[in-house]
Amino acid sequence: MKGITQFFSLGIVCVLVFLASSVSSTFAQVDVYDFETVEQEQRFRQLSNEFRCPMCQNANLSSSPGGVAADLRREIYRMIIEGQTDTQIEEFMLSRYGDFVLYRPRLTAQTLLLWFGPFLFLLAGAWIGWNVIRNSANKKPSTGQASGSGAVANSTHAVADVVISAEERNRLNRLLAENDLHTNANDNTGR
Amino acid sequence: MNKLKLFLPVIIFFVLAVFMWRGLYLDSRTLPSVLIDRPLPEFQLRSLELGDQLVSTADLPDEPFILNIWGSYCLPCLQENPIFMAAKEQQIIPIIGLNYKDRDDAARNWLEINGNPFELNIIDDSGRYGIDLGVYGAPETFLVDANGVIRFKHIGVINYQIWEDEIMPAIAAVRAGGDS
Repeated sequence: MKGITQFFSLGIVCVLVFLASSVSSTFAQVDVYDFETVEQEQRFRQLSNEFRCPMCQNANLSSSPGGVAADLRREIYRMIIEGQTDTQIEEFMLSRYGDFVLYRPRLTAQTLLLWFGPFLFLLAGAWIGWNVIRNSANKKPSTGQASGSGAVANSTHAVADVVISAEERNRLNRLLAENDLHTNANDNTGR
Repeated sequence: MNKLKLFLPVIIFFVLAVFMWRGLYLDSRTLPSVLIDRPLPEFQLRSLELGDQLVSTADLPDEPFILNIWGSYCLPCLQENPIFMAAKEQQIIPIIGLNYKDRDDAARNWLEINGNPFELNIIDDSGRYGIDLGVYGAPETFLVDANGVIRFKHIGVINYQIWEDEIMPAIAAVRAGGDS
């Protein structure tokens, strides 16, 4: 039972850390642009949030103070006013700066691992977790027997916890027998 | 199977170590250009030399040339300038300047003080043509072949070693490609 609880509490911590990291503050640069509709303004906000600044690299276009970011925001504004679609604007960016500018990478053969790699790790984690739980469940019966045989057995708890195979038990018996022989031999010479 | 389990941490360590070792030498600051092997984008821009008369791709050399993105505000450009001056003196290759997001007077002043290795200085004061070139900051250097196709790009400063190890071989390759 302890194993399961540990496993799940670890899971909860992971989820919390993930949530905390996904809430990040952005420091938007202020541009003065006049939009004809609210929808255009929203598209501008969304697009400049989704493209990565080629110069500052770890900022999107909307939060980057770099010169080229301001130029690119101006281009996005121009294209929106001209009535170009989001796909056309993305094509514009891609044909000049490549996949690098996309914070949301396209699904291609090269990016398959990027998109689905985390699920592989999740599966691996689940497999490990499953094994941990199964192993701790297997150990239960021996612990149960030990505590069942009273207070004296409790003190040898750690010993009772060790599970050994038949082969190992044979080897242990053999070693103990050998040890007995030796002690007897020593006793004999001592006399 | 149990033996394998025993070595699992070591295996994980080596896999991670290989990735991190590679990561140490990955240069995330220079973007691979998507414009390699594409024609130089068209433009209609002013130049420092020809006043209000607009220049276009038709005014560029018919032979392989270097297109260097520079600005008077750009310190690394100052570092590159002697190399380009030497290349001009030895007539290695024509060099065209793209004065990127600069002021005309500041640019002229800079060329007067530091020397002008450029055959022509195209003015891109708005940075609009720079966007077509995928430029994100001076200095950047393109190598364009005789057909006006971009063959090579270097981002950042060119020092003597980069000139010898990267630019000269690229020029040779472009010249060889043009003959065949």
